Amino acid sequence: MVALDEIDLAIMRATQAGLPLTPQPYQNIAGQLGLTAEVVMTRMAAMQEKGVIRRIGAVPNHYKLGYRFNGMTVWNVPDEVIDELGQKVGQLEFVSHCYHRPRHLPEWPYNLFAMVHGKSQTDVDKQIQQIADLLGDFNLGSDVLYSTKILKKTGFRSRGYNINPPSYSYSAI
Amino acid sequence: MLTALHKHLLNDFQRDFPLSSRPYLDIANALGVSEGEVLSALTELNDKHFISRIGPIIPPNQLGVSTLVAMAIPEQQLQTVADMISAYPEVNHNYEREHCFNLWFVVIATDSRHLQAVLDAIEQETGYKAMSMPLLDDFFIDLGFKLDLHHA
Repeated sequence: MVALDEIDLAIMRATQAGLPLTPQPYQNIAGQLGLTAEVVMTRMAAMQEKGVIRRIGAVPNHYKLGYRFNGMTVWNVPDEVIDELGQKVGQLEFVSHCYHRPRHLPEWPYNLFAMVHGKSQTDVDKQIQQIADLLGDFNLGSDVLYSTKILKKTGFRSRGYNINPPSYSYSAI
Repeated sequence: MLTALHKHLLNDFQRDFPLSSRPYLDIANALGVSEGEVLSALTELNDKHFISRIGPIIPPNQLGVSTLVAMAIPEQQLQTVADMISAYPEVNHNYEREHCFNLWFVVIATDSRHLQAVLDAIEQETGYKAMSMPLLDDFFIDLGFKLDLHHA
């Protein structure tokens, strides 16, 4: 974790719901916080440099744009090759998130998670096949979990000094 | 129906949104339209929920610590347990999924002790095991998601 000061955190909080759609959005944010637009922009650039901010941009709502088929694919691959294979899977353009997570044996043998998104079941089936082909013999088993219901999905909330990362996680969709 | 401008705004500015005093003007200049047109097109995309926001995207575990949790809950209790879990302010992205592990959510906390306390509280309150799968490695180079908008 990178240490951020109160000003950084205040900027993150103020921008998590989105930048205002006004001609001078950083000026508006700065006004709310008693800062100058220069400071807001400089701090955001520095946080991006440090990797606290991955990117700044529009966050499309895939579901609304026709990507109705969103699967969490999970794979059991040998630990010795997961880094190499994970990087390859993470580069596929239809994969939105790709993570190494721990197994919980015996009930959960999967250690590689990749979210895939398509406009039809056929699209998604093809994507899954592409991942399977890429893993080849290192694919020791897999499953796909589709979400049937969104029970809670909020963006940013803050508790005390802390700030909760927004839709960073595997199901921003 | 999306216009060509909408499509550019959706696909070309998922990263490198300008850090400048008039970012929408910079975008307008890059696309050869006016700042007003960019702002009204973005407002439209926002109002129709085609974008959820424009802003900074934070990778996991940069601010606080988090884990992905799965639980196997009997169907008839699922809604009750899901409501209990959603009530925790540390819980986000709570999804029902088709699997024997049918409840999946993310817990975000200030530090690992806080995280463990939330997991313990969830297990105690619901009476079911919370299978925690914290991220060990992130293989995703997040450059945005290339949208196919041909028929959108």
